[in-house]
Amino acid sequence: MIKSSFFERNLKYLFPLPALIFVIALMVFPVLYTLFISFSDWTLTSGRPLVFAGLSSYMKILSEPRFLDAVGRTFYFTIGAVLAEAVLGLTIAVILNREFRGKNPLKFILLLPLVATPVAVGIVFNLFYDPTIGFLNYVLSLFGLPQSGWVTDSTSVLPSLMLVDIWQWTPMIALIVLAGLAGLSSEPYESAKVDGATPVQIFFRITLPMITPTILTAIILRAVDALKTYDIIYAMTGGGPGYSSETLNILAYKYSFEYFNLGQASSILVFLFFLVLLFSLGVMKLRKRFEM
Amino acid sequence: MKQSLRFRILFPIIVLLIIIPMLFPFLWMLMSAFKTQVDIISWPPKFIFSPTMVNFYKVFNEQNFLLYLKNSMIVGVGAVSFSLLLGLPAAYSIARFHQKKLSVMILVARLMPGISFLMPWYIVFSRLGLMDSYTALILSHILIALPVVVWIMSSYFETVPREMEESAMVDGATMQHAFVSIIIPLSVPGIVTSVTLSFIFSWNNFMFSQVLSMEKTRTLPIAVYNFMSYAEVDWGGVMAAAVAIMTPAIILTMIFQKYVVKGLTMGAVKG
Repeated sequence: MIKSSFFERNLKYLFPLPALIFVIALMVFPVLYTLFISFSDWTLTSGRPLVFAGLSSYMKILSEPRFLDAVGRTFYFTIGAVLAEAVLGLTIAVILNREFRGKNPLKFILLLPLVATPVAVGIVFNLFYDPTIGFLNYVLSLFGLPQSGWVTDSTSVLPSLMLVDIWQWTPMIALIVLAGLAGLSSEPYESAKVDGATPVQIFFRITLPMITPTILTAIILRAVDALKTYDIIYAMTGGGPGYSSETLNILAYKYSFEYFNLGQASSILVFLFFLVLLFSLGVMKLRKRFEM
Repeated sequence: MKQSLRFRILFPIIVLLIIIPMLFPFLWMLMSAFKTQVDIISWPPKFIFSPTMVNFYKVFNEQNFLLYLKNSMIVGVGAVSFSLLLGLPAAYSIARFHQKKLSVMILVARLMPGISFLMPWYIVFSRLGLMDSYTALILSHILIALPVVVWIMSSYFETVPREMEESAMVDGATMQHAFVSIIIPLSVPGIVTSVTLSFIFSWNNFMFSQVLSMEKTRTLPIAVYNFMSYAEVDWGGVMAAAVAIMTPAIILTMIFQKYVVKGLTMGAVKG
């Protein structure tokens, strides 16, 4: 055996070390720091130093209607948008899952919303939604339908924002499912055809069960991102009108960087952190069950 | 499979029904960027108008747009370079030594809400006098780019046959030498994928720069947003700015289409 150096013997620890140190310094440490601040009373603008306050920040947040509403809205937004994206994305993928001319340019078009800058997307949709000059109210008027206030009306603001999310992220689910469909083996299809199965039977009995783990993973990734949606909402409404489109991420931003109420901001962040963590773990487990 | 006549007529129509809603916002943005304010606010909306360059002229001359463009470039290139430096060896080690815990940690970094690190960063960076500095911005954007690099590259390295580096090591090369001179050159497609995606994610990021940058290091997404918040919205200017910010990402996507599709879909399909 050739004698190996210290570096080589410990390559397995040394190679990931720089990345590990970085992640600990910039992610693990900040999260712990946030956890620490959440047990304190600290408002940056007051000039007073941090005071340890136990669970009082959590108590205040839990009795704050704005927080409870934001929790509800975050779930409503995530579930509504992601369900629509999953159904539409799956439909698009199944339609496009065949060879035809122009498939590659079509895939490029599907990629466009995914790489578009969310803030700019939000602004473009604001122009669409504008109650007086917007294109969408023009379309409604063509069909003789009543005009909508879209993002300027507290009753329609959340569905309008969800529509933007759906526009931007449906292609992601479609592309993931398409890639999954392309990787399926053709064997079950051939024997199904021999048995004279109809296309509908083939879809529900063969395609759907085989593609379920892929769809579920796509849904997890998407849902985790939807829970954190920030750019579009901030750019389009800033959480308004009033508080009517304030989700947890927007609320946490306002408590941190507008009110500088770091104690309560941290308790919102800890809540959001655990929500995302639980959600990811839960659906990962669910996915394992579907895998054979 | 034989295609019926009904299918051959219906299929293109269905495809158009998918494409038009995807493309229309881009078309409208592009058209509005070349309209005068009068044309934009006219009712009913105009599809035919005489194009003007005045919005682009305004964006690039009156606003400090070129500075913000430069800032976005510096931050994106800086963050992606450091992420490769940190991420490639880590990804390689995850792939070769099956370090499951490490890869879960990187996944968690990808999933966690950015704002839960942002507030502590804000406190620390302002104490260190690093607010409005490239250092702070690049550090924060590495946390966007690094998980992408590790995520994509660890599954890429698994596809590189082990014999490659083993034969080099039989010839007396060290493992780290084999990594740099054999594995990395073999992994160019994977690196292209991760560089493209992580650059686009950094380019599009709004929240980190919104908090950590001010006038000097402001990046493009913040500049575009600031266009909106003036008293009266100059829609033409905003749309020109939106076109300007989206163009580089779209060009990158056009060049590296295959890689971008792979990068965006691989995690979910493979698990």
